[in-house]
Amino acid sequence: MNAETPIVRPPIAMLAELTHRCPLSCPYCSNPVELARVDSELSTETWKDVFRQAADLGVLQLHLSGGEPASRRDLEDLVCAARDAGLYTNLITSGIGLSEKRLRALDEAGLDHVQLSLQGTTPEMADEIGGYNGGFKRKMQVAEWIGAIGFPLTLNAVLHRRNLHQLPRALEMAVEMGARRIEVATVQFHGWALKNRGALMPTMEQAREADRIVTEARARLKGTLVIDYVPADYHSDYPKRCMGGWGSTGLNVAPDGKVLPCHAAESIPHLSFDNVADRPLADIWYRGAAFNAYRGTDWMQEPCRSCARKTVDFGGCRCQAMAVVGDPDATDPVCVKSPHHGALQAQAAAHSVSDAPLVHRAVPARRQTEPTG
Amino acid sequence: MEPAAIPYLPRGVRLHRDRVREAWVLLAPERAIMLDEIGHAVLTEIDGARSFSEITAALAAKYDAPQDEIAGDCAGLLGALRARRFLEVRE
Repeated sequence: MNAETPIVRPPIAMLAELTHRCPLSCPYCSNPVELARVDSELSTETWKDVFRQAADLGVLQLHLSGGEPASRRDLEDLVCAARDAGLYTNLITSGIGLSEKRLRALDEAGLDHVQLSLQGTTPEMADEIGGYNGGFKRKMQVAEWIGAIGFPLTLNAVLHRRNLHQLPRALEMAVEMGARRIEVATVQFHGWALKNRGALMPTMEQAREADRIVTEARARLKGTLVIDYVPADYHSDYPKRCMGGWGSTGLNVAPDGKVLPCHAAESIPHLSFDNVADRPLADIWYRGAAFNAYRGTDWMQEPCRSCARKTVDFGGCRCQAMAVVGDPDATDPVCVKSPHHGALQAQAAAHSVSDAPLVHRAVPARRQTEPTG
Repeated sequence: MEPAAIPYLPRGVRLHRDRVREAWVLLAPERAIMLDEIGHAVLTEIDGARSFSEITAALAAKYDAPQDEIAGDCAGLLGALRARRFLEVRE
């Protein structure tokens, strides 16, 4: 610790990956390539305890995610416990696995908000991307139930080269569903998506067209639909302020209880992660090695170290520096000041005209593989 | 905001006492907005029954300030919340 060590404030948000199981197999899934085994998932009681610890630590927003959180049969019970702990509960779902009865039970349990993913605006597109026949039709039914119950709804449209032309229709659908908000999220290339850069990378023209559509729609739909936009990362000049700054506002708990500074942090080989089974959540947040690894600005190299933007974007994404440059301490190669920026843009251009096939994500193992022989 | 408009917090938006930070927070879909004393005072007046002018009159009396001035401050805060759809209005 030295004089420049930042004051660590309590986290505001926690992403609880309740399970890595999911009926869909989207090729850009944010789960790690090494999925948590089904038999390693935390029990209902452990999750409830983690929620109470999170609230005591200062977490306000709880994002219940997966995989598909509805794949957990105890979801209703978990929502109830989270509300009792004082947390704002947000369900991040594909809709698959939710019946009208379950949604009514979630309403009863106090669920605050639903974020529904959208893989495409037609059954053909959505079912191909999600790798699940009939998924789109089912999702539209779930959206109707969500509207009838009255849950506040955010539609989360994940966009890439294959479906960016559907953005105008996605915006219309959000309005038709009565969503207050849409997230227009261009795929970020981590984990499974990194295997699919050739299949999913938008072209520069698509990225600029999406900018234009979003700007126009924000003006036209003001007061009706809030549009949050994640632009195409590789086609930008400055990196994202990843996670609002490492270890500054949010944390992520994996299905097996591992506590991560972001969902992709396990891709950084030198980090080690604590587990809620071994250590109190507050201790992990304030003193865990992984959380302190990239807090503040002390860890930075040039060109970040002397950059005026260093407390604006905190050098961008550590996982992207690892994935593209091979060094998690490097400047995010998206940045124009990175010596690797030119190479990244050349890669993006090449990926955007590739004919690589989609690689869908895998299914988590049910139990630990037993040694044979 | 029109004087006769009746502001209300829609489902999914609620005031919350943050016991860790010892502050009031407005919790909304995927957002937590830290409130200062004025923000909290304004939002606690919103009951879904009284109009904007009734609310600003009540605040003017409570804080012994001109209603016009209060209305200006309130319109700024409530307009920003309305733009994010954290506040709705019945005309």
